[in-house]
Amino acid sequence: MIGILCILICWLVGNGLSQLTGNYISGNIIGMILLFVALSLGWVRAEQVRPAAKFLLGAMALFFVPYGVGLMDSYRVILDNLAAVVVASVVSTVVVLLVCGWTYQSLTKHKR
Amino acid sequence: MEPFIASDLALLTLTVSLYCLGGMLYRRTRLMILHPVLLTFVAVIVFLRAAGIDYARYEEATGILRFALGMSVVALGYLLYEQVERLRGSLLQVSVSTLVGCLAGIGSVLLIAGALGADRQLLTSLAPKSVTIPIAVAVSEPLGGIPPVTSVVVFCVGIFGNICGEQILRRCGVAEPEARGFALGAAAHGIGTARALELGAVEGALSGLAMALMGFATALLLPLIEKYLY
Repeated sequence: MIGILCILICWLVGNGLSQLTGNYISGNIIGMILLFVALSLGWVRAEQVRPAAKFLLGAMALFFVPYGVGLMDSYRVILDNLAAVVVASVVSTVVVLLVCGWTYQSLTKHKR
Repeated sequence: MEPFIASDLALLTLTVSLYCLGGMLYRRTRLMILHPVLLTFVAVIVFLRAAGIDYARYEEATGILRFALGMSVVALGYLLYEQVERLRGSLLQVSVSTLVGCLAGIGSVLLIAGALGADRQLLTSLAPKSVTIPIAVAVSEPLGGIPPVTSVVVFCVGIFGNICGEQILRRCGVAEPEARGFALGAAAHGIGTARALELGAVEGALSGLAMALMGFATALLLPLIEKYLY
């Protein structure tokens, strides 16, 4: 239960900070950073958060099903721009793969 | 009063049972195309259409799932904490690769989609496409993106990375386990990490780290890019 409490408090404070800064970054992202900071500084112990976090992360795929189903209302946007969506996503994914792979590999070799 | 079948409980039960069914089917076939989440999307849409229930009702009924998704974004902070432990000794390549990958990913998707005629709303929906879905939605929604478009595109990117990523990396000379894992996690988030785990423990660990850091970097950088660059 402590884990759930930590997560809720981080989210709540995150929402507060988000509103103060004009919703520049959404509250749950700030909450994520707060939880990370709280764990790193030892304000909360990892064992206390672990069960709740593991459960939430494990079931994450189920939680975003409603967003996917939202496609039934907004599928037109994708169909109308199908070429742009598909080409941009595929090419950009390959770009990220290669840029990250090459950068990481060459920096590792450089160091040795 | 709404019919029994359109009640909150009925729609939630339906969603969870379709998800479980999809999981069982996936374990039988092991085909990425039959990913449980993809099956659940399609099956729920088909059901709602057939039963004449509109999305607004479904959205209202599954509010608890969206709340749980918000909580799991916060829980990613725990994942980040767990992964950062591994960072020791490879701080330089990890941070540089994250930054470069994040900027290259956002930049290339904006340039290409923009050139092919996507409007601003669609661009914002596509921009966080390499990040884990909860973060992608949390980033694109306040900036004016369309959450369903973001989630489905990000999901398909993950599937693509999972299926083709390893081959693309091998053909282009990325052979080191650490670099392979990192690239898979950075480009294809959790679904790419699932593939990296199949390749090996080192790949899996680096992939998880890359996923967490890419989410973090994109959440911080995308609002800035959105404000000043396009």
